[in-house]
Amino acid sequence: MVILEGRGVTRYFGGLAAVIDVDFLVEEGEVLGLIGPNGAGKTTLFNLISAALEPRSGSIKFRGKEITGLKPYQICRMGLARTFQTLKVFANMSAFDNVLLGASFGRRDSMAAAEAAKEAKALLEFVGLAEAATLPAKDLTFANQKKLEVARALSTQPELLLLDELMEGLNPTEVSRAMALVKRIQERGITVIMIEHVMRAIMNVCERIMVLHHGAKIAEGTPREISASKKVIEVYFGERADAGN
Amino acid sequence: MGFGRITSKNAFVAGLVLLILILLASAPLYASAYTVIVLTSVLMYVTIAVSWTLFSGPTGYISLASAAFFGAGIYTSAIIGRALPLPLVIVLGGLVSFCLALLVGALTLRLKGIYFVMFTFGLVELLLHFILWYEVNITGTTGRVVPSVANTTVFYILLMIFVILMVTVSFIRCSRYGLALQSIGENEEAASHSGVHVTALKIIIYAVSALFMGAAGSAMAARWTYIDPTIAFNPLISFMPVLMAIFGGIRPLYGPVIGAAIFTYLEQFLITRFPYYYMLIFGIIMVVAILYMPNGIIGLAQRIREKSLRKKYGDT
Amino acid sequence: MMVTILNIVISGLLLGGIYAVTAVGLSLQYGVARVLNIAHGEFIMLGAFITWSAFTLLGINPLISLVICGPVLFAVGYILYRTLFTRLRISSPTPGAFEGNSMLACFGLLFIIQNVAILIWGANIQGYTYLTFSVDFWGAKFAGNRLLTLGFALVICLVFYLFLAGSRLGKAIRAAAQDPDTAGLMGVKINQVLALCFGLGAMMAGLGGGMISMCYEIQPTMGLEYTMIALIVIVLGGLGSIPGSLIGGLVLGLIGSIVTYIEPGLALVAYYVIFMLLLLAKPTGILGK
Repeated sequence: MVILEGRGVTRYFGGLAAVIDVDFLVEEGEVLGLIGPNGAGKTTLFNLISAALEPRSGSIKFRGKEITGLKPYQICRMGLARTFQTLKVFANMSAFDNVLLGASFGRRDSMAAAEAAKEAKALLEFVGLAEAATLPAKDLTFANQKKLEVARALSTQPELLLLDELMEGLNPTEVSRAMALVKRIQERGITVIMIEHVMRAIMNVCERIMVLHHGAKIAEGTPREISASKKVIEVYFGERADAGN
Repeated sequence: MGFGRITSKNAFVAGLVLLILILLASAPLYASAYTVIVLTSVLMYVTIAVSWTLFSGPTGYISLASAAFFGAGIYTSAIIGRALPLPLVIVLGGLVSFCLALLVGALTLRLKGIYFVMFTFGLVELLLHFILWYEVNITGTTGRVVPSVANTTVFYILLMIFVILMVTVSFIRCSRYGLALQSIGENEEAASHSGVHVTALKIIIYAVSALFMGAAGSAMAARWTYIDPTIAFNPLISFMPVLMAIFGGIRPLYGPVIGAAIFTYLEQFLITRFPYYYMLIFGIIMVVAILYMPNGIIGLAQRIREKSLRKKYGDT
Repeated sequence: MMVTILNIVISGLLLGGIYAVTAVGLSLQYGVARVLNIAHGEFIMLGAFITWSAFTLLGINPLISLVICGPVLFAVGYILYRTLFTRLRISSPTPGAFEGNSMLACFGLLFIIQNVAILIWGANIQGYTYLTFSVDFWGAKFAGNRLLTLGFALVICLVFYLFLAGSRLGKAIRAAAQDPDTAGLMGVKINQVLALCFGLGAMMAGLGGGMISMCYEIQPTMGLEYTMIALIVIVLGGLGSIPGSLIGGLVLGLIGSIVTYIEPGLALVAYYVIFMLLLLAKPTGILGK
């Protein structure tokens, strides 16, 4: 079952092409990795999917329904949630309130207040933030703020979750914990697309990987195929390989 | 925030509020006529300040159009006059301002906050000029005479508006919409991605805040027997609630109430003692408040309390 | 017919020139120094009254007054920035908070400056006559002072544009407008430049005010309207674009002149209608991104 489909997705910023004619297919239940050098257009693609930006051309379908042109809150309520590369927690609100907000507004069918509160509590436990529930989000550690964003995204009852550089800035222990969290999310039946630079995470957690470079898709396949692909190696290490000559 | 858990602290506050309300409601019976007039002014400023804070407090969108909505209420009352019973006039005044705010919101709240500030800033002057032009060119008369109403009646109407406002604001703040408003102020993009229909919520809450300002204006119109555009649309009315909210603090519900109460007395005092200087003094207070009291008097009190607690228990 | 059109155009360009000069000032303050100076009109008013005082009390030629009140207002703006706004910049947690706080501080300044002006000069309308001889142009008569002011406004705009485009300081200002942090890293003394820009903005306001006093009546409460107009012009021209403010000012002036001809008293309403249309269709303005 295809859960997300993109055809010819294109976005320009002024004269600069950020995403050029990208096609993609995401199967329900899988964990898809999205990699590429800095500036490849990965976050822009996320922004196009979550409707933070509008594509210049192309179509994006979620469960067969066209979602380009919708507003972010509508896409969220349809079952598509995301986290942000630059953390966007509600800094002066408690961790609990952060998650409660998502539970109160982001679900397809709205919940009663008491149920939403229960759901928020449960999700804080799921990500391991139960003790920090009453702390203002700005007082949480960096890694915990990342967990909070995940909890908030999950509170909107998503079927598809976009994770934008979840592991960025985490130490190796935290990375392992984050990888386990992604696995647990997948076990709940949620499809995941993750942008990452931490190769260990991508190779171990993702079933398939898509590679972007200068806005275009240059490769797609299993982790083994991608790590062996000459094209991908050139894109990531090309200059260094030449430097020896 | 919570969802309405009753604690002993809440019960105490509720009892205190009830007591104050009873005292206020019975004021005309035991207080002088002058006191009632001053209390009416206090209620007016408090209503405008709390209405302003309802929207601009949590979202951070600073509206400078309070005078426009208040003035619209005044003018609605002046135009309708005796044609309709007073309660209906008040409601209509509120509705006119409500619709005006819907228009302003629909135009500007889909865009960056700066456009909202700019647009609301000019709205007072715009309405003033337009109505002036209309009266000079179309109706031929400037200004209107308003049938006067007893001072105690105006007082009770404003008291009622104030009570309804406070109930409404409490309700909104404790509901999920209060949470949503806060989230808009913290990070609008994240709020939108979490399912909040940001634009619609902003517009509606803004319109609700304008409704109360308009109703208050309609009620106060009866105090001035003669209204013309320069009286009805006074930029100082846009300035005062902002100052009161900054001074009194915007986080707690009673913050603007305290700020407004202090300022009404200050204004009365200044107008009688230094009639030529009070704009200057208020301006200076505003600048000082922004520089040194970012959380208002409430914040200042909290900081002092925290300092004294630290001294008491030492550093851990 | 031709005469009427010429009249409208000249009035429009005159108005537009004044609008352009004052809007450029606001654009410098908001676009670069990030202060939405809603007291801008009060600086304009100060410029107008300083020029008026100089003429009526000391008999100083208004054109010479411009040379005086420009630097005076520059100093006022510069000092204000170095003291008040720098302090706010330091104490504000985010750039967004600084924009909000500085705007509110300007709100306070609005009332302070207006009250001070009323104390000094009284609350009444004032005016003076200067160069009201007529100039003949293709059969139409134009007031000399208006033509002179128009010329002055256009010269100021041109000089300023060249300054921005050509000089080193102008480049620093443009860099700071685009990205203050990076400009700072590139060796631009950012605090200095920001204060300079705010001061320049105040100076433009003062010059605009002086020019207004030569052609129109003035009053201590005149500021609000001019602030509104300057705000509309910088939105029309595109926020952050200084050339945009120049063009926007001229355009708005022409529109105002046409509307005043058709229905006097509705110019401000017309400006606001344009504002509303802009917000609906293209909020980024003529030259905005």
